Amino acid sequence: MAKVIEGLYYSESHEYVKIEGEYGYVGITDYAQDQLGNVVYVDMPEVDDEVTAGEEFGAVESVKAASDLISPVSGTVVEINEALEDAPELVNKDAFANWIMKVKLSDPSEVDALMDAAAYEASCH
Amino acid sequence: MSEKRTCLYEKHVALGAKMVPFGGFEMPIQYTDIADEHNAVRQACGVFDVSHMGEVLVEGPDAERYVQHIFTNDVAGAPIGKIYYGMMLHPHGGTVDDLLVYKMAEQKFFLVINAANIDKDYAWMLAQTDGMDVSVINQSEQYGQLAVQGPQAEALTEKLLGLECAELAFYTFKTIEAEGETLIVSRTGYTGEDGFEIYGSHAYIQKAWDILVNSGEVKPCGLGCRDTLRFEVGLPLYGDELTDELSPIEAGLGMFVKLDKEEFIGKEAVAKQKAEGVSRKIVGIELAGRAIPRHGYDVEADGKVIGTVTTGYNSISTGKSVCMALIDIAYAKLGTPVQVRIHRKLQDGVVTKKRFYEKNYKK
Repeated sequence: MAKVIEGLYYSESHEYVKIEGEYGYVGITDYAQDQLGNVVYVDMPEVDDEVTAGEEFGAVESVKAASDLISPVSGTVVEINEALEDAPELVNKDAFANWIMKVKLSDPSEVDALMDAAAYEASCH
Repeated sequence: MSEKRTCLYEKHVALGAKMVPFGGFEMPIQYTDIADEHNAVRQACGVFDVSHMGEVLVEGPDAERYVQHIFTNDVAGAPIGKIYYGMMLHPHGGTVDDLLVYKMAEQKFFLVINAANIDKDYAWMLAQTDGMDVSVINQSEQYGQLAVQGPQAEALTEKLLGLECAELAFYTFKTIEAEGETLIVSRTGYTGEDGFEIYGSHAYIQKAWDILVNSGEVKPCGLGCRDTLRFEVGLPLYGDELTDELSPIEAGLGMFVKLDKEEFIGKEAVAKQKAEGVSRKIVGIELAGRAIPRHGYDVEADGKVIGTVTTGYNSISTGKSVCMALIDIAYAKLGTPVQVRIHRKLQDGVVTKKRFYEKNYKK
């Protein structure tokens, strides 16, 4: 069974956001990495890009297919996880530790529209 | 329309394969992991269910004349046991299909065609028999087929299946009596590695599959790695690098088109392409970064779209992001800088040979 972590917010398209103050760390869930198989490339946004909740901000790719990444929150990208550029497989090793982008949130109340851990876990069944 | 199943369908499901539709069949794309299966074939041995492939028997006094008429390669006076790769063409030069032709006897040829094209090809082939004393029979339903591929394929096919195949040269075959039937065993494949393809009844193919897979020495491999393997060595896939609208000259496969033959369907069109040059061509492109170019992505240069990616991957064997693409001939020269648009961003690349990994055939 795929891992789910309490305290994070989850989207139906299997991204999570971990809130720390005015920032959110966004990545894909353990369930998503398991469904995707070996990740061979993560297409990340650039620092200073604006992202919008519900819109694409990049892609995560297996050998065979590219899956769009949908941002669960809106804001400005302040950091990307550069380790994924050379080692995209880190997403498979620990999807929650290896977030993809750090966003300065423009509307922190957006997380209210996301699922909590229990609701997300239920939605994966 | 529901997908067809091969005689090994239940075995794939039992092995936990991920099944996907391909060429009208429900086929295993992978059992465990595409990269692991890919590496097994490059380094040891893998077995593929390729029972979805079509088989057509051409027989009769005009069999050779008929094959010469519909096929771009030259089988005139060929020795029995020899195999030829080539295409069937439309009069305008576009490709009906690419195929293997096995010379079984002086008046008998065995044609192996792509699964997705079986109905189209067979109807087209029947339409070319006017004035020919020849029978053209679709035997696709009765044959199962395995591809045993990799540097250990010869040793393991002999040891596990008891089929003597060591003496077979590349692109030759022989028939072998086994289990009360006549098998066709050829030294062919679609991976760039040494290997064999075995055609037999469903019962034989099921039995042989079990022996190979249960031995633990031969890895069951899905169509996912079949595609990554053939791609790395520059082999075309019908639908990507060859289509009804794309000729073998444009695909860079002119060596399989024998223009010194007296006649074949489409000859005039491809001869003209060869003489006057083509306006577009399939090339290889190597990207500087890791972003993955995929089928259908735009290729750009000088600020405009100059072509389309036909197949692309982050190569499992080399780690480089590479693709084959159909591009404007003006940019097709080796070393030309081009870009591929991947997720809205332009990625820098350079035109290369289509072969991204060296073949390892036993000739």
